[in-house]
Amino acid sequence: MADAGQKRAGLRLWLSALWLLLLVLTAIFAPVLAPKNPLEQDLMSGRLPPFWVAGADPGFLLGTDSLGRDVLSRIIFGSRIALSVALIAGASTCVIGASLGLVAGFYRGWVDIIVSRLIDIWMAFPPVLFSILLIAVIGPGLVSIILAIVVIDWTRFARVIRAEAMAQGAMDYVASARVAGRGRFGTMLREILPNVLPIIVVLLTLEMGIAVIVEAILSFVNLSISTDDPTWGGMISEGRQSIHQAWWVLVFPLITLFLTVLSFSQLGEGLKDRFDPVLR
Amino acid sequence: MKGETPLGMWWMAFFRTFLLRMITTAITLFGVAVIVFFVIRVVPGNPIAMMLPPGATAEDIARLTALYGLDKTIPQQFLIWGAGVVQGDFGTSITLRQPVLALVLGRLPATLELSVLSLLIAVLAGGAAALTGTRLRGTRVEGGIDIANGMALSVPDFLWGLVLILTFGVLLPVFQISGRVTPSLQLPFATNFYLVESVLRLRFDLTVDLLSHMVLPALALAIPLAAIIGQLLKQSLKETMHLDYVTLARTRGYSEAQVIWREALPNAILPTLTLVGVQFTFLIGGTVIIERLFSYEGLGNMAIDAVINRDLPLIQGIVILFAVIFTGVNLVVDLTYAALNPRLRHG
Amino acid sequence: MSYLTIRNLCVGLKDGTPLLRNVSLEVAAGEVRGLVGESGAGKSMIGKAILGILPKAAKITSGQIVLDGTDLLALPPAQRRVKVGATCALIPQDPLTALNPSRRIGPQMTDRLVDILGWTRAAADTRALTLLQEVQITDPARVLRQYPHELSGGMRQRILIASAFAAEPKLIIADEPTTALDVTVQKQILKLIAGLQARHGTALLFITHDLGVVSKVCQSLSVLYSGKVVEDADVKTFFRTPKHPYSAALLAATPRYTDPSAGLHPVPEAVIAAVRAEEEHG
Repeated sequence: MADAGQKRAGLRLWLSALWLLLLVLTAIFAPVLAPKNPLEQDLMSGRLPPFWVAGADPGFLLGTDSLGRDVLSRIIFGSRIALSVALIAGASTCVIGASLGLVAGFYRGWVDIIVSRLIDIWMAFPPVLFSILLIAVIGPGLVSIILAIVVIDWTRFARVIRAEAMAQGAMDYVASARVAGRGRFGTMLREILPNVLPIIVVLLTLEMGIAVIVEAILSFVNLSISTDDPTWGGMISEGRQSIHQAWWVLVFPLITLFLTVLSFSQLGEGLKDRFDPVLR
Repeated sequence: MKGETPLGMWWMAFFRTFLLRMITTAITLFGVAVIVFFVIRVVPGNPIAMMLPPGATAEDIARLTALYGLDKTIPQQFLIWGAGVVQGDFGTSITLRQPVLALVLGRLPATLELSVLSLLIAVLAGGAAALTGTRLRGTRVEGGIDIANGMALSVPDFLWGLVLILTFGVLLPVFQISGRVTPSLQLPFATNFYLVESVLRLRFDLTVDLLSHMVLPALALAIPLAAIIGQLLKQSLKETMHLDYVTLARTRGYSEAQVIWREALPNAILPTLTLVGVQFTFLIGGTVIIERLFSYEGLGNMAIDAVINRDLPLIQGIVILFAVIFTGVNLVVDLTYAALNPRLRHG
Repeated sequence: MSYLTIRNLCVGLKDGTPLLRNVSLEVAAGEVRGLVGESGAGKSMIGKAILGILPKAAKITSGQIVLDGTDLLALPPAQRRVKVGATCALIPQDPLTALNPSRRIGPQMTDRLVDILGWTRAAADTRALTLLQEVQITDPARVLRQYPHELSGGMRQRILIASAFAAEPKLIIADEPTTALDVTVQKQILKLIAGLQARHGTALLFITHDLGVVSKVCQSLSVLYSGKVVEDADVKTFFRTPKHPYSAALLAATPRYTDPSAGLHPVPEAVIAAVRAEEEHG
């Protein structure tokens, strides 16, 4: 039974990686792959169903929204925004959160007290509300989204890395390094950081999935990039309105979003399993 | 030490911990208040101007701005607001023209009912998954449960909400996907705890209507939490099942199911408790978007509108209330843990 | 009259590695039989096989375990469980992990009497009180209301011993009951077990690696090596003239307090080789 479990885990990892790779390629080659211009409205062809339903236009494979825009093309171009947010926001949150956690966990003392208090305060905010608040204040745009994600989710890294740094800091190899003459900062960078890296990578993968979701939620509440640029969240928001008349506007971006978030998550889990025996 | 009974010492320790927790909670709440207060005032644009019809004179704007105290400096505004809060006055909502405290407490029951219902579903579903997985260790059923758990965990409540809307709102329209209750119904309630009251008043027709509106949003919130509970409890049970007292119970004639329920479960629950508490606060945070998705008239939905409309006093009130709820839940979890752990109880 | 008869019991891991090979032994009603061997010889396995608590990785491949005339292995699992629960009991090795930390002592002792054997709560409580007195626990009424972590290891072992005798079992399996205890406490506990056994007339299978314990408490013994019974004798004869070379080596290996300078004598390679050779030839 353990064997089947391992085979399953391997399959999960590869499927997730495959989907994400597909997504990356789609984003890069979007102009080539998309059959139509995602912004082009054609009011005569509004609310056309996907190609296998009666009354469809084969030019619009997955149908159109109320303004006659091609759903498939918008999904393809939407991947660009989703992935850029995932990468940039994910990486930024990672760097800031992990750094704070590392410093707090290793140096302890005042730094730790301040960072821990900050984390407590942050955890008392409902995350979605906080991000909506920030966007409303800063205004829409890619930078705002990234900033919002960093601001609300840095605690995810900080908490875990802090705990890890504390645990590692108590171990013998650190003491030996200090005795050998390494300064505190040097010890932190050269001894602790490499051992904490696997966890950081796992969290980063998870964070990218979270970034995609946060962006989708913000688009859903109409606070994301702009109303014209195709985002999966924006399409879902529109689809929710016309759910009874044009279900495809909601279903297809939802499926894409679902698979993407699932893939990031499973990739993270898979990496965690790979690293685990090495970590402990 | 002469004269210090064990009970007396325990009370001293308890009181000391309690006091410490109160102080840290106060600091946290203060921090939240400061952050939200200053963040929303950084906004460009005057919320008053946004509200008034075009054609309002500069004097109108100025008068209303003064009325809401927005003409003072930010630290001054904070002090005035803080003074009011201590007396129970959270200001007046700019968009809804009513006292913030009343508005916020008015919507709170709806969100509380939804959150608690979700928690119930999550605990029952997660618990059932963990117990079944343990009873059927090594079978394909356990494998299936693990896969389902993994998927449920990986996908956030927002997406589950959308999936549920599509499945049970459109495909098989069994449940409602909008609102808290059918609008045409006459509601004889005294409080806003509709669900609770409907049961207490034996108006089960209303209970059914309310539940048909609440099931899908509650499920959306519950699914990730149920998966976490399922995984954690199953892991905890797995470790507990290896212990000697469990084996001993088997020799006494108890069946496998009895052994899991009587011996393993009470000991496996404790470690799961604290994490579930934290996750419950995340669930409550999730009500913001889920309520929006299902047009459910709760706190979260009102919060989004408040932000979009720059209703500063209302935003502050809601954020503080959420923070109070979160810290409250954490406190309850810690107290419950201390109460249930026999080791802590008797020192 | 043999109460427990094990005939040609074979237990192995799921991948085929044998753990017990054709083990046969008998315990008469009221008899105290020792089961000795080194760690890993399989002594605990025999006890677990009888009680039906073998680890998941192991299974019984053949043989019979006849308890009071009934072959346990031929019974359906539910019936077997009930029969074992009603007639057998276990005194476990580690008192620190054998009691449920979140329940009081009283219910842990009495629940099975009420739930499974149908006693009244009052009768069960009286029984628990009497037994705690038998194992020389002062203030038994208070102990019944306490939690395991409030009691010392020695006290917990006494409670476990008392629990084992609670349902008046015909056979008790003591799995190294003194190994996890302080040396100073071991002697008392041994005396306690011996005393209770004599008073209640229970058959006792005493699993241990300590020959000294066997000489004090048991009437007969079986020696186990690498999953096989190599000798079966009554105690007096065994200590005077052990038949099997391994048994002799085991006796010689026991450190003697009377001659500390004599050094330690581990079982010689030759003996082990001889035992192995014996196995090859059946």
